[in-house]
Amino acid sequence: MKGIVSMVMMGLAALVLMVTPAAGAKSIKVGAILAVTGPMSFLGGPEARTLQMLVAETNAKGGINGRPVELILKDSMGNPEKAVSFAKQLIEEDKVVAIIGPSSSGETMQIKKIAEDGRTPLLSCAAAEVIVDPVASFVFKTPQKDSDAVKMIFEEMNAQGLANVAILVDNTGFGKAGQEQLVKIAPEFNIKIVENEVYDKAANDLSAVVAKVKANKDVQAVVNWSVVPAQSIVAKNIRQMGWDVPIFQSHGFGNIRFVEAAGAAAEGIIFPASRLLIAADLPYGHPQKELLLKYKKDYEEKYKENVSAFGGYAYDAFIIFEAAVKKAGSTDREKVRDAIEQLKNLPSATGIFSFSERDHNGLTKDAFQMLTVKDRKFVAYPPL
Amino acid sequence: MTTELFVQYLFAGITYGSIYAIVAIGFNIIYNTTGIINFAQGEFVMLGGMIAISLLSFLPLPAAIALAVLLTMVIGALIEIIFIRWLENPSVLRMIIITIGLSILTREAAVHIWGENIRALPYFVGNEITTIGIMGARISPQVLWVVGVCGVMVVVLHLFFRATSVGREMRACAANRLATVLCGINPRNMVTFSFVLSAGMGALAGCVMSPITYTQYDMGTGLAIKGFTVAILGGLGHSGGAVAAGLLLGVIEAFSVSVVPLAFQDAIAITILLLILFVRPHGIFGSGEAARLKAF
Repeated sequence: MKGIVSMVMMGLAALVLMVTPAAGAKSIKVGAILAVTGPMSFLGGPEARTLQMLVAETNAKGGINGRPVELILKDSMGNPEKAVSFAKQLIEEDKVVAIIGPSSSGETMQIKKIAEDGRTPLLSCAAAEVIVDPVASFVFKTPQKDSDAVKMIFEEMNAQGLANVAILVDNTGFGKAGQEQLVKIAPEFNIKIVENEVYDKAANDLSAVVAKVKANKDVQAVVNWSVVPAQSIVAKNIRQMGWDVPIFQSHGFGNIRFVEAAGAAAEGIIFPASRLLIAADLPYGHPQKELLLKYKKDYEEKYKENVSAFGGYAYDAFIIFEAAVKKAGSTDREKVRDAIEQLKNLPSATGIFSFSERDHNGLTKDAFQMLTVKDRKFVAYPPL
Repeated sequence: MTTELFVQYLFAGITYGSIYAIVAIGFNIIYNTTGIINFAQGEFVMLGGMIAISLLSFLPLPAAIALAVLLTMVIGALIEIIFIRWLENPSVLRMIIITIGLSILTREAAVHIWGENIRALPYFVGNEITTIGIMGARISPQVLWVVGVCGVMVVVLHLFFRATSVGREMRACAANRLATVLCGINPRNMVTFSFVLSAGMGALAGCVMSPITYTQYDMGTGLAIKGFTVAILGGLGHSGGAVAAGLLLGVIEAFSVSVVPLAFQDAIAITILLLILFVRPHGIFGSGEAARLKAF
């Protein structure tokens, strides 16, 4: 028995050695920690595929500064402990120039300090504002700020004369960060939060909590802030109860699969998101239009699935990395970090990035576009 | 609390409860013949849903579901024949570890075949926003499908185990394997048959609940945990008990929302489970004497 075990182990070791690509001495190593599988796979899946596509494209064009890019992709399955060990491995053993990811805010907050101590640039694809506020010198993020999303939603509520709202958030890092911002910013817009509930990311049905919120006659609108499929269940349960309350969601709704999952219940949901989702409807001459259309076409042809805002965040991270390495003319981690801070007016999928010493997100509220769902498709709200 | 809200909570509870109960019944079938818990039960639910969704592109919904249930039964049989049948007097612990391994294996296979995205069958009647009114509360017609299918399954199973000779042979197998052999019954066939049956039940459940809960490659684990809790609570091996315990747990979870924040829902359910188990370690409906005779 022991003999068999050791033989199997040796076989495995040999296999691992065989599949590890022989890294050329000159390749530029970039690490990525993404939730490719697991409950956050809605984020990590498109992100990983986007990176693989961009790296292949860049290498086909001769790489960066004449050197090929080597992507070392780790699947964290949305698990913060795994993200932590992968971050250490990428920094200490693989000696990557920078790390792209993680996909979720919870994981990013866990490895923020590791990137900082390891003096390795981290380009997070997660949204929570706490990632870059306070600023950590090596930590950047590409998605829009959640406070800007909250402001977009509240402005729209003011315009529609909705003052008393119920907030329902998921129990991921993204949900919790959104809840904080919603509660903090509400008074600025004279909005009163009359119900405030957190639901489980793996929930099967949420009709009980929806019934509770519905029973509160003060509620004029619902903000459903989440990044997991359960957000579609909330929308379905609201409509199944015959409740025609206006539903607002976050940029975490920016994957057409959530719309498919909610079906008819998704109609009319209003949410702020990246322009990538309505690239074809953008006016000609918009600085992002051409780039968005190309990304959308390449991705959809290659992977036979719709682009999502999440893939866009990984797109940004790679574009920023590429621009920074070119600008620095080096793969020294410190120099690349300095170069990122100096990037200005860099058009990418999510918005036009301008970083500074104090702004490690580089986006303004303008990176958002209000969208709604009409006939199971994302369209601009109000129509462009 | 208004009547409307009360009925609304009640139906939410019945929805959760029926889903838990359906999974728990699957545990019970295999437990009844083998005395072990098949931790891959949640994966049968996932497979049923996934296969039906894939078949839906070629077949109408009822045919897709029927074929998905059949295919999952075949998979259940293959799993038993390949991984379990050849074991000589396996210990309970070894069997449990094998089923946990099978659960992981099935999940990994599913993520390679169907990817990590969520999928769902269409609503059997109407669509995502169809609602029907019952005593002032409004629910999706799919809820009635879940409750109805769960009810029919329990009745059919009860009759099967009590009234048919195969059913009685399966129970005999669980009670005393040696005596069954002496009576000329092949216990191995009974074990295979129990896997087929519980795979079929799980698959049907997976199809009925898919429009409500969605189907994702890793949905099995969460369902298995809740289903296992309910199976224990109702008394292992007791299908009627599983239904009662499932509904009890579901209703408690639903009503707890009115008192404490939703985030505490699971904590409340587990606390009640622990309390009941302290008082009745063999479950609410299980018999203490029978429990002592079983392997665990």
